[in-house]
Amino acid sequence: MSSPGPSTASRGSGFVHRRRRGAELVLLLLSLVVGVGAYAAVGLGVDGTLPVDLLTHGLWLTVLLLGCHVVLRRFAAYADPVLLPIVGALNGLGLAMIHRIDLGRQARNPDAAAFASTQLIWMTLGAILFATVLVVLRDHRRLQAFTYTAGLAAIVLLLLPLVPGLGRTINGSRIWIGIGPLSFQPGEVAKVLLVVAFAGYLVLHRDALALAGRRLLFVDLPRGRDLGPILGMWLVSLGILVFQRDLGSSLLFFGLFLVMLYVATERPGWLVVGGSMFAVGAYLGYLSLGHVQTRVAAWLDPFDPDVNAYQLVQGLYGMGWGGLVGRGLGQGQPQITPLGFSDFIIASMGEELGLTGVMAIILLYGILVERALRTALICRDNFGKLMATGLGVVFALQVFVVIGGVTRLIPLTGLTTPFLSQGGSSLVANWAIVALLLRISDQARRPPPELVAGDDELDSDATQVVNLR
Amino acid sequence: MSELTLVLIRFAYLAILWILVLSCISVIRSDMFGARVAREGARGGGRQRPDRGEKRARSKPAKPRRGAPTQVVIVEGGNQGETVSLQDAPLLIGRGNDAAIRLDDDYASTRHARIASSGEQWYVEDLGSTNGTYVGTSRITQPTAIQLGTRVRIGKTVLELRK
Repeated sequence: MSSPGPSTASRGSGFVHRRRRGAELVLLLLSLVVGVGAYAAVGLGVDGTLPVDLLTHGLWLTVLLLGCHVVLRRFAAYADPVLLPIVGALNGLGLAMIHRIDLGRQARNPDAAAFASTQLIWMTLGAILFATVLVVLRDHRRLQAFTYTAGLAAIVLLLLPLVPGLGRTINGSRIWIGIGPLSFQPGEVAKVLLVVAFAGYLVLHRDALALAGRRLLFVDLPRGRDLGPILGMWLVSLGILVFQRDLGSSLLFFGLFLVMLYVATERPGWLVVGGSMFAVGAYLGYLSLGHVQTRVAAWLDPFDPDVNAYQLVQGLYGMGWGGLVGRGLGQGQPQITPLGFSDFIIASMGEELGLTGVMAIILLYGILVERALRTALICRDNFGKLMATGLGVVFALQVFVVIGGVTRLIPLTGLTTPFLSQGGSSLVANWAIVALLLRISDQARRPPPELVAGDDELDSDATQVVNLR
Repeated sequence: MSELTLVLIRFAYLAILWILVLSCISVIRSDMFGARVAREGARGGGRQRPDRGEKRARSKPAKPRRGAPTQVVIVEGGNQGETVSLQDAPLLIGRGNDAAIRLDDDYASTRHARIASSGEQWYVEDLGSTNGTYVGTSRITQPTAIQLGTRVRIGKTVLELRK
């Protein structure tokens, strides 16, 4: 992790990163063109005229993103310049697609609910949370003090949907809590807290985990007291998720834990152990859980008439109809696919923007993850390194599981596509994740403060006074 | 709305999407190669060619100044008497295989500390070790400047900079 690679060497000879806030502003304007342009194109494609609320929608997006930009200028001047524009573009594109599917559904059934306006409200909340995190949290290392608090809070949040009266079952998963008309998925917040907890724990115990312990077969097993607390934390959260039938999130937490353990200890054996544990667990799940069998059958042969894979097949046909350049925004039929605005939004994108558009979206996610890992590389403290890695892996796994599922690379499991899908809790949590990443990257790229004023003029061999503080 | 306009909008939108992707990549590219060298760049002001600053910084440590430290000596502990040249700084100190100064000390971490220079000044930085790095009597929490003869304690080992 802190091996003296090129980044260390360059730091030693005194490289400083530039602020690049101007570059961020230019990219941000471009991302606004992407977001608002999509909204306008949807209106032109569906009705043949520009949407009536284009101005208010565009202004709202502009105010939100420029507000975030100003907060960055003021409170995190050295933060990575690419993250915010990517998030803005994805979010704007997602809003336009949700709005487009709203229009499509309302054309068939005028009473259908509109999700786009709610999503815009959630995006506003997300941006407010983003600003709050950056203003309140001036140094990410302070989070290390909340290691166990974060772990406990994550488990409590995961348990909340099981509380009678508070929890709600939607689409067969009991992962929601409802307060009045609002429903919220606490697991989305729990994943951020778990990253903090894992990072805080592993940074203290990585030496012990990597060095102390017995060797079994070709894997160094650490001592129980080193691994115990984190293993417990992780098993509890995983157990809760399996109990709540939330396969996607359990997969996400499993992968997250494994990657962070691997990064912290530098032992590839963990990947072997984790991989085989996953294979065994997946097989047992396949044998015992009915809904897993349905998913696998739909994955292997969705066109089999005996298999209930209507959603998957509609998504595949949509993407096939989209082809290389898509039908054009507003000119496909993405509303036919069930949940085309949330889980299957990538299929809707594929239908209207084609392979070209979907590749651009996947590349944007790729850049997002790359920036997170780059932040981890240049970060000076190990807690920040682990946290940035964990947050990047959360995005990477989510995108892989969702897009892999929709495109039939792996069996479909329900997870949200970050920033694109309709779903408030996920959107708000992802904005918080990006704020944390920007905070870490600001700390990492900021030039180190001048420590002791080195007196260049004093060119003598005389013994100097050592400042012992 | 004519068919042609819609086709044009469709392709224009895909173009915008890709322009965003490519400009993100170009910002990252300039971020990789465009980082200024701290002192020279700041003095020159404005945008300097990064490769020029890099060259100047590289030619600087060719001839060490008289009286500047050239080596690290282990004065106490299991590896007592070992010396390591400062030429290939930054030096990693610890028990790990990749450490430049490999300590045989149960109280040192795998990657314990690092000695690096910034201009003429040498710094020791703790890398999140378990037992800490001490300069004099105080445990350091951030990169700390060290001079000739400053005693840096790592576990049971004591290091010093020597000429």
